[in-house]
Amino acid sequence: MIDPFIALFVFMLAAFTGHEIISRVPVILHTPLMSGSNFVHGIVLVGAMIALAHAETPLAQAIGFAGVVLGAGNAAGGYVVTERMLEMFKSSKDKKD
Amino acid sequence: MDMQSVLTWIAKASYFVATVLFILGIKRMSSPVTARRGIVQAGIGMVLATLATFAITGTHNVGLIVLGIAVGVLPTWLWGKKVAMTDMPQMVALFNGMGGGSAAAIGAGELIKFAHAGAAPAMSTLAFAVVGALIGSISMTGSIIAWAKLDGRMDKRFTFGGQQAFNFLVFAGALVCGLALIFWQVGTPLVVAFFVLALAFGVLMTLPIGGADMPVVISLFNAFTGLAVAFEGYVMQIEALIVAGMVVGAAGTLLTQLMAKAMNRPISGVLFSNFGGGGSSAEIAGSQKPIEAPDAASLLYMAEKVIIVPGYGMAVAQAQHKIWELSQALIKAGKEVRFAIHPVAGRMPGHMNVLLAEAGVPYDLIADMDDINPEFKTCDVAIVIGANDVVNPSAKTDKSSPIFGMPILDVVDSRQVIVIKRGKGTGFAGIENALFYADNCRLLYADGKEAASRLIAELKGIESGGGH
Repeated sequence: MIDPFIALFVFMLAAFTGHEIISRVPVILHTPLMSGSNFVHGIVLVGAMIALAHAETPLAQAIGFAGVVLGAGNAAGGYVVTERMLEMFKSSKDKKD
Repeated sequence: MDMQSVLTWIAKASYFVATVLFILGIKRMSSPVTARRGIVQAGIGMVLATLATFAITGTHNVGLIVLGIAVGVLPTWLWGKKVAMTDMPQMVALFNGMGGGSAAAIGAGELIKFAHAGAAPAMSTLAFAVVGALIGSISMTGSIIAWAKLDGRMDKRFTFGGQQAFNFLVFAGALVCGLALIFWQVGTPLVVAFFVLALAFGVLMTLPIGGADMPVVISLFNAFTGLAVAFEGYVMQIEALIVAGMVVGAAGTLLTQLMAKAMNRPISGVLFSNFGGGGSSAEIAGSQKPIEAPDAASLLYMAEKVIIVPGYGMAVAQAQHKIWELSQALIKAGKEVRFAIHPVAGRMPGHMNVLLAEAGVPYDLIADMDDINPEFKTCDVAIVIGANDVVNPSAKTDKSSPIFGMPILDVVDSRQVIVIKRGKGTGFAGIENALFYADNCRLLYADGKEAASRLIAELKGIESGGGH
């Protein structure tokens, strides 16, 4: 069991990290970055998997299953669209013309 | 160590590595040079974390877990592969809503479990479960509404009398249920009431928000989902969810602020007041003066410096490839060509850059608003295609205009402005554009793609001496 205060400290440090790593992002990358960060919170899938693994009643199984489906959709869809967008960002040196 | 501890150790170590990969990935995504590697790295982290989880789930329900992943991954993967670049904002909204729903489902599962067990868990666990579920639920239904609006499946805005008071009551109801769950008792009817109200509030708060404000809302929900994931991560005692969720929550909040600032709309204004369709702006003097393609081509032929201002309408008309072709023709004829991008061009900051990149425009030709605005004074011809509100000088001059104070591109400073437009009509926000009535502005009424093709043909004609 994580101590609630330790959790608060982790929340705070992670929040500063998130603020810091995004603060130097040029506007041209805002959309792919929003999409990329959207992909990263797809890690919720892991939580949903563990919740479903512990589900005993049919109701808990149904809720857990919905959680896994939605989490997996967030991760897979988020990855595909982000990768597609970033694939197109080529510097002018990469281009032949 | 017994087998179980070894497996737990493997899972925890994998989560640690995955979290490092997520943070490095997001950092790499902040530069065009490393961005592609960044998302691949984060992807590796996700696969690692997901596979490692099977080490601790045991065999109970493992078939359901695999089935759930397959059902979630297959359609979204295929859909994401083929969706058009113009539809990216609503896809992000939809996937984000799924994440919020997943976090809410975790919260719901845990709360139901507590209700059945009869014994209340630690107050902190309960509080994080409730707050995470509240935020996740709002993010899910709100994102679905945002998706429906941007995808053209729903009227832009939906308002009724006393809406704000009603919304407040629903939110207060959800809050009271949540507090009762934390401080009074965890009962199944209370859990159900809490979720119904939270899900309803997500719908209600998004319904009255107009299309022009939607980027801010999507970004806000992205931050919401991050927070919900972090809080449910505490409930499930998984550090990777806590850290990754919080990083996204903070990054998303900053991004939301940047967008709101670019639109000169305080976030509270986006959420609690209505935007768009405001009819109170001052009457605009003058008339809209049309121009035909041959005359427009002559103007371009005589120009030395051309600035192209693309907007979402260009992407809708799928004209970006033709516009790039036109630009290449102008560059070949020795003219200086630049693209001017407003921070909220497209439907999200940076969306227009994605669309231009898709057409092959190198990004050193693309300039941000602050860099390009002083250049309009020395620009011979500015071509506005599919942009409207972001070039409206009323934002600077007309205090009664709903967009007053919004930073704009100073297109009106150019010697000559050509606006390519399908017809007379207002923009996404439904506001009259004073630029269209300016003395130095001419309107070329045509579909974007067709107009660009005709300009290319006319330019060729002039160059080959075919006619002046």
